[in-house]
Amino acid sequence: MLTLSKISQSFYRGTVNEKHALRKVSIEIAEGEFVTVIGSNGAGKSTLLNVVAGKLHPDSGTVTIEGHDVTRLSDHDRASMIGRVFQDPRAGTAPELTIEENLAIAYTRGKARGLRRGVTKHRRDLFASELATLEQGLESRLKTRVATLSGGQRQALSLLMATFSQPKILLLDEHTAALDPQRAALVVRLTRELVERHRPTTLMVTHNMEQALELGDRLIMMHDGEIVVDVSGERKARATVADLLSAFEEVRGAELSDRTLLG
Amino acid sequence: MIVATELGLLYAVMALGVYLTFRILDFPDLTVDGSFTSGGATAAVLLVNNVNPFLATAAGFGVGCIAGVITGILHTKGHINGLLAGILTQIGLYSINLRIMGGANVPLLRTSTLMTPLREAKLLGTWSSAAIFGAVALAVLALIVWFLHTDLGLAMQATGENEVMARSFGISTDRQKILGLALSNGLVGLAGALVSQYQGFADISMGIGLIVAGLASVIIGQAIFGSRNILNAAVAVALGSVLYRLAIQVAMDVGLDPNDMKLMSALLVVLALVLPQWSVVRRISGLRAAYRGAGPQGALTADEYIDDVDDLEIAAKAKGE
Ligand SMILES: Nc1ncnc2c1ncn2[C@@H]1O[C@H](COP(=O)(O)OP(=O)(O)OP(=O)(O)O)[C@@H](O)[C@H]1O
Ligand SMILES: [Mg+2]
Repeated sequence: MLTLSKISQSFYRGTVNEKHALRKVSIEIAEGEFVTVIGSNGAGKSTLLNVVAGKLHPDSGTVTIEGHDVTRLSDHDRASMIGRVFQDPRAGTAPELTIEENLAIAYTRGKARGLRRGVTKHRRDLFASELATLEQGLESRLKTRVATLSGGQRQALSLLMATFSQPKILLLDEHTAALDPQRAALVVRLTRELVERHRPTTLMVTHNMEQALELGDRLIMMHDGEIVVDVSGERKARATVADLLSAFEEVRGAELSDRTLLG
Repeated sequence: MIVATELGLLYAVMALGVYLTFRILDFPDLTVDGSFTSGGATAAVLLVNNVNPFLATAAGFGVGCIAGVITGILHTKGHINGLLAGILTQIGLYSINLRIMGGANVPLLRTSTLMTPLREAKLLGTWSSAAIFGAVALAVLALIVWFLHTDLGLAMQATGENEVMARSFGISTDRQKILGLALSNGLVGLAGALVSQYQGFADISMGIGLIVAGLASVIIGQAIFGSRNILNAAVAVALGSVLYRLAIQVAMDVGLDPNDMKLMSALLVVLALVLPQWSVVRRISGLRAAYRGAGPQGALTADEYIDDVDDLEIAAKAKGE
C-alpha cells in the first residue's frame, strides 16, 4: 500500500517565478495496483513520481509505504522498496559496465554491498534465465557493454533490472517516450508481462492515452498540480480516448471560466 | 634507464590511485599533491623514530586515506565543487606536512628502511630491484582489479558512470565517493612512503605537480595500451607510469633543464588530451579516443539528468513538427 497525503511541492518558493507543481495531492494505492498517469506538460506527473522516489522532499504532506512513513528518507535509502525506469534510455543502466555487471547491481538492491564477487556462477545463471524472458537474445551477450545496446534493448534491460529484485513499488516515467513505435510496443508488452509476474504497486506516466487505457487497473489524470480524474475497475475498462479528452476539456473549461469570472 | 623504470614502477602505485578517482569516479582529485607528501613525511618521521619499516609504510597509506576522506566530505557533505575541495585539502596539507616533519625535510640516511636490504645487497639500480618494485605494483594492481569486480566495487563504478542509476538501486553515491577518494589517496600516500625511502629523504615539495604525472600516466597509458576492460585499463596505467618516467629521462638526457620538467609534463598531458580529438591523428596513429561516459560531458550526474531529459523532449518535439 502506497499512501500520499496532502503532498504539496513548489519550486522557486517566495520568488516571482513561484511554481506549485503539486497542490495538496492525496491518493491511496492498494498493494499490487497498477495506476496509469496522464496529464498535459507541466501537470506535475514527474514531480509526483519524484516525491514517491524520494528525489524530491515535499514542502508538506507525507508519503507512507506499507504503513512506514518514508517522507524524510533519501532516495537511495528508499530504493530497496522502489524500482524505477526513466524516460532517457541511458538513465537506467551504467553504460561502460557489462550486462551482467548491471544486473549484479540491480540484484543487490537493498542489500549490504560487500567484498563478495559481483558476478558469480550462480548469479550469472539466474541473470541468463531472467534475460531470456525478454526474448531479445541478451542472455547470450552477458559480457557485452551496455553502451553498445540499442535504446529499446537498454530500456528492456532497465525494466528487468527495476523489477526482478522485486521492489514493492515500480515507477515508470514515460519510459517508452524516447523509443520508436515498434520498440515502444515491445517495451509496453514487457512492462505488462513483468508487472503481471512480480505484481509491484505500479505508477506509470504516459502521454499516450490509448496506452493509459489499455494498461493497468486504474487511471488518474493530473492538471496543474492536482489529480482531476481518478477512475478504476469497470469505469476504466469502459472509458475511451474521447471520454478522456472531454474530461480534459471540462477541466480546462472550468479553469477558463474561473479566469473570466476573476477578470 | 633502470632508474627511470624503478621510479616508474614506484609511481605506478600513485597512478593507480589517480586512475580510481579520475576514471572510475570521474572526479579530478587534486588532493594528490598533498597526500603524497603526507604519506612520505609520515613514513619518514616514523622511520627516524625506529618504527618498523612495514608499519611506517602502512601509516603512509593510512594518512593518505584520511586526506581523501576530508576531500570527500568537503565535496559531498559541504557541497563544494570537486576541484576546489581537492585544492583546499591540498593547501591545508602543506601546513600539516610541515608540522609532521617539524621542518621542510627529513633525511633517512642512516635509518633502516624498506630499501636498506636492497641497498646493502647492491640491488638498487639493477633489474632485480626493478622486478621487485614491479611485483609491488602488480600486487596493488591485482587488488584494485579484484576490488572493482566485487559488489562494492561495482557500486563504485556505477557511481562514477551514472549517479541517477546508482541511487535508484540504493547506492549511496556520497559514501562511494568518499570511499573511492580514501582508497585513491591511500595509494598515493603509500607511493609517497615508498618514494621517500627510495630517494632517502622526505621533503615538503616532493608532491608538487604530482597530479599531472598521475594524469599523464593514466591518459598516455590508456591511449597507447587501451582500456577495453578494468584489467586492461589498470595495466595500461601502470605501464603509462613507466613510460612517463622514461620520457622524462630521455628529455633530461638530451639536455633539458630539470626545472623545465613540470612544463614538459603539463604539455605532455595537454597533447595526450587534445591529440585523440583530431580525427586525422586518430586515423594515422590508431590512438584510442579518451573514454566517454553516458552524458554529453561524460558521466551522467544527477544534476545533468534533468537537462538531458529536456533536450530529449525538445528533440522529440522538433522531430514531430
Ligand atoms: N527541478 C525543477 N525546478 C524548477 N521547476 C520544476 C522542476 N521540476 C519541475 N518543475 C516545474 O514543476 C511543474 C511540474 O513539472 P513536472 O515535471 O512534474 O511535469 P510533468 O507533468 O511531468 O510534465 P511533462 O509531461 O512535460 O513531463 C512544471 O511547471 C515544471 O516547470
Ligand atoms: Mg514529466
